[in-house]
Amino acid sequence: MSVIRIPPVLRAATGGEKEVAAEGQNVRELLERLAAEHPATQSQLFAEDGELNRYVNVYLNDEDVRVLDGLETPVGGRDTLVILPAMAGG
Amino acid sequence: MIEPRLDNRPCGGKYGDIVQAIGHTPLVELKRLSPRPGVRIYAKLESHNPTGSVKDRVARAMIEDAEATGAIGPGQTILEPTSGNTGISLAMICSRKGYPLKVVMPDNVTEERTQLLRMYGAEIVDSPGEQGSNGAVAMALDMAEADSAYYMPYQYGNPANPLAHYNGTAIEILDELDEVTAFVAGLGTGGTLMGNGRRLKEEDPDTMIVAAEPLQGELVQGLRSLDDGFIPPIIDLSLLDRKIFVSNRDSVVWTKRLLEEEGLFVGVSSGAIASIAVRVASEIEDGNVVFIVCDDGWKYLSSGVYSKPIEQLEAEGVLETASFW
Repeated sequence: MSVIRIPPVLRAATGGEKEVAAEGQNVRELLERLAAEHPATQSQLFAEDGELNRYVNVYLNDEDVRVLDGLETPVGGRDTLVILPAMAGG
Repeated sequence: MIEPRLDNRPCGGKYGDIVQAIGHTPLVELKRLSPRPGVRIYAKLESHNPTGSVKDRVARAMIEDAEATGAIGPGQTILEPTSGNTGISLAMICSRKGYPLKVVMPDNVTEERTQLLRMYGAEIVDSPGEQGSNGAVAMALDMAEADSAYYMPYQYGNPANPLAHYNGTAIEILDELDEVTAFVAGLGTGGTLMGNGRRLKEEDPDTMIVAAEPLQGELVQGLRSLDDGFIPPIIDLSLLDRKIFVSNRDSVVWTKRLLEEEGLFVGVSSGAIASIAVRVASEIEDGNVVFIVCDDGWKYLSSGVYSKPIEQLEAEGVLETASFW
């Protein structure tokens, strides 16, 4: 079972839960399980074309999946998926 | 014992004024951090710039570009959102060149940043700290739209930002090293990574470009919705080979390691970048790993990160609430 960490900005959509356990073969499956369990996350996580919402960064353990294989990035059995809003610095 | 003299220029150069003295920073090998004999880790000490950060290069490039294109003239008021360093660099340069400066900055940054900005004569507009730099960007864009008297360099979308590195930092690195296996820098505006990344990959397409970015403490992730997220327009993710986040805790731990093991007094984001540089170095057999030390530690002294044990910083909530990037 993998764990999905929910950022504060999304917790209203998960009933306040900070972590949600989910199973799946890749990042897309994990996030779709999350959206099925907490439907209010669907429109925040995914754009209309089914890809990741532009301002959502998703990390498999600590690496950004956009620089890996995106939503198709394979997930192991005990991985951690971290969802974060895109933040700037400078 | 006297060490053999390095084959370097005897000093950093001679310049007509402090703005011209920006850049030409040292590249220092960190032997104690190297995980294996065939891998050399080098820190590019951007902390040696006149105001103590890499942003001196960017601020100078943006102002000189605006002057060259006629976008600004004498007495023009400059407006810019910043988490600190770009504002401080602009403040020094604007005070030298006679441009009034107004910066929009989150209200939870360390006191030193406020003092430095005021010292150089900048006016500070507070943005909500819990929204981080995103809040400062949104507020500055609104101000610029409402009042056309402002000129906003806009580091997040200004091509002069990455070009300062393409034509500066990267050239200096390539002057000193025959080969760069990996280049690691922090992701804030994307300027350092894009500018250096493009130039280094032109020289050697196999050079790995690695971004380190902050995992902000939960108490500073105060956005109202994900639509308040912000991606600087100058960022092209396809240039990055890896993009890895570092927690505030690990960033501070590595900032302390740099101090204790290598004598480097650097800002907390540089600790995060060093941790990723060492990780990348441990995954290759041989080669040169270069990372950017974005700034020195002076601006973060009041946070206690250099003097207090990590457990105390955790207990006091510093790691959850502080803004280090």
